[in-house]
Amino acid sequence: MNHIALKMLMGDKGKYLGIVMGLTFASLIMTQQPAIFMGILARTYSFISDTGLPDIWVMDEKVQFVDDIKPLQDTELYRVRGISGVAWAMPMYKGLLKARLADGTFQTCIVVGLDDTTLIGGPPIMLQGSISDLRRSDGVIIDIDGLNEKLNKATPDGKKIPLKIGDSLELNDRRAIVVGVAKVTRTFQSQPVIYTTYSRAKSYAPKERKLLSFVLVKANQGQDLGELTRRIREKTGLAAYTQQEFMDITYNYFIKNTGIPINFGISVLLGFIVGAAIAGQTFYSFTLENIRQFGVLKAMGTSNWTLLRMILLQAVLVGSIGYGMGVGLTALFGYAMRHTILAFKFPWQLLVFSGAGVSIICMLAAFISILKVMRLEPAIVFKS
Amino acid sequence: MVDAVRCEKLVKIYDTGGQKVIALNGIDLTIKLGELMMLVGPSGCGKTTLISVIAGILDQDSGVCELFGENVNAMRSKDKLQFRAQNIGFVFQAFNLLPSLNAAENVSIPLIINGVKRAEAERKAINVLEQVGLGDRWKSYPSQLSGGQQQRVAIARALVHSPRLIVCDEPTSALDHVSGHNVMNLLKEVALQHDRALVIVTHDARIFEFADRIAQMDDGHVVKVT
Repeated sequence: MNHIALKMLMGDKGKYLGIVMGLTFASLIMTQQPAIFMGILARTYSFISDTGLPDIWVMDEKVQFVDDIKPLQDTELYRVRGISGVAWAMPMYKGLLKARLADGTFQTCIVVGLDDTTLIGGPPIMLQGSISDLRRSDGVIIDIDGLNEKLNKATPDGKKIPLKIGDSLELNDRRAIVVGVAKVTRTFQSQPVIYTTYSRAKSYAPKERKLLSFVLVKANQGQDLGELTRRIREKTGLAAYTQQEFMDITYNYFIKNTGIPINFGISVLLGFIVGAAIAGQTFYSFTLENIRQFGVLKAMGTSNWTLLRMILLQAVLVGSIGYGMGVGLTALFGYAMRHTILAFKFPWQLLVFSGAGVSIICMLAAFISILKVMRLEPAIVFKS
Repeated sequence: MVDAVRCEKLVKIYDTGGQKVIALNGIDLTIKLGELMMLVGPSGCGKTTLISVIAGILDQDSGVCELFGENVNAMRSKDKLQFRAQNIGFVFQAFNLLPSLNAAENVSIPLIINGVKRAEAERKAINVLEQVGLGDRWKSYPSQLSGGQQQRVAIARALVHSPRLIVCDEPTSALDHVSGHNVMNLLKEVALQHDRALVIVTHDARIFEFADRIAQMDDGHVVKVT
């Protein structure tokens, strides 16, 4: 009877495509919107995940997320270095500074100052130059997206071209020379990221008593990180988090304190409702239009159980095709947008989420249709 | 010898929005094996309800309806389905062929319901289509066939699993005179055998000549059997 169920389903090409398209749309919305949502949220902690070497981040205890800088005194670095279990501890400056370009325009940038000696905490991928070039006079490394989109210089014919190695800009009235180009994950605000040394960053920053943003800590081999963070907190009174904990804190801050989850949640919910309405209505009307055919099969001796399996098979088939197409379109969308400013993250959990959503839609649509067919009097076949 | 159908004091009442409509009001009717019985009468007299009860797709409220000596109404639901699948063939006024299946696939449905494998069922279906003169059209879809040809496919579908009772509802009313006569000739020649009975509900006086007996119904009663 499976063969008959499938032929019934595909017999009316228009209806069949209508159901598949409804489910494709629902699947697309339920996958693509959360993928953008997750991409945006991943950007909130991208600076932490890009900084791969340290095990633990130490900061002021009032810090709520990675961009919420509450500077420390430089002496805190030495206190952390003195705690047992710490292999090394390095300073990091992170702040927002205005860069003045050659044409006189200003651009706010994230300036990151790395330990002068080790340069720990640098960008994950160098595209041009090397991290050690930061030791050159006034050297800065800038992320490629920032260069391409926001840090330009004008050519004599008025066209704007990105800064390149050897070009200069001003940070707080001090000269900075581009010595390298890096690839970093875009940040939430999508501002250019400028790496330099810690001491040079302090000279760029407005004069303040405290300028140390984070202390990056590597634990001794075999050291329990939970134990070490607890020890750092106890000895210094500072906050100390593992990389994952700091990412979670940042992520949760944005979840709780911004409207992003609600806005995207509404999009996903609308996608679910519209998809469910389209697919459910089309599938139900498909069943209604075939009700006489189901009646004929019932009259001829087909059991309700067999009819139920036929409808479920039809629902599973259109659901699988719609889900596959929706997910495929989402993947294509992500691929097409990979070099743009659009945030996009497509983890396997999202496949499970949208798969569950499409399954619920199909089951709802099938359930209504099954109820109709179960209650169907086979004597309907004698009505002209 | 057991009768094909024996109805005794059959009563069926429909409840339509609080109003009770008596469709069958104490029907007594017997149809013998090898017999072609026609049920005739005005619209609303209970013909369709009667064949629905006879075919086991509608339960009566009271009375007895035995098919080949078995009280179908008293059977468990599963047994009733199986009995219907094995023993009853249907021919409908509107043909009721599945439009997305070709002729052979449509005809093979009763065999598939009875558990025959698809390939074997379609092979048998083509044989029966040859018997009804459509051996060369087995790949055709209903939309590619004329009304008369569709009814032949429907007859082949009603016969393919060798049922003992064939129930036909207005089999000629959607056909012209010649096609109607051809269908009736076919039913009489191919369907009617000594161990099988045919019940035909009809308004079509042109085909009364094919009946062995005619039961005239009115207002839920069988008023005359000739």
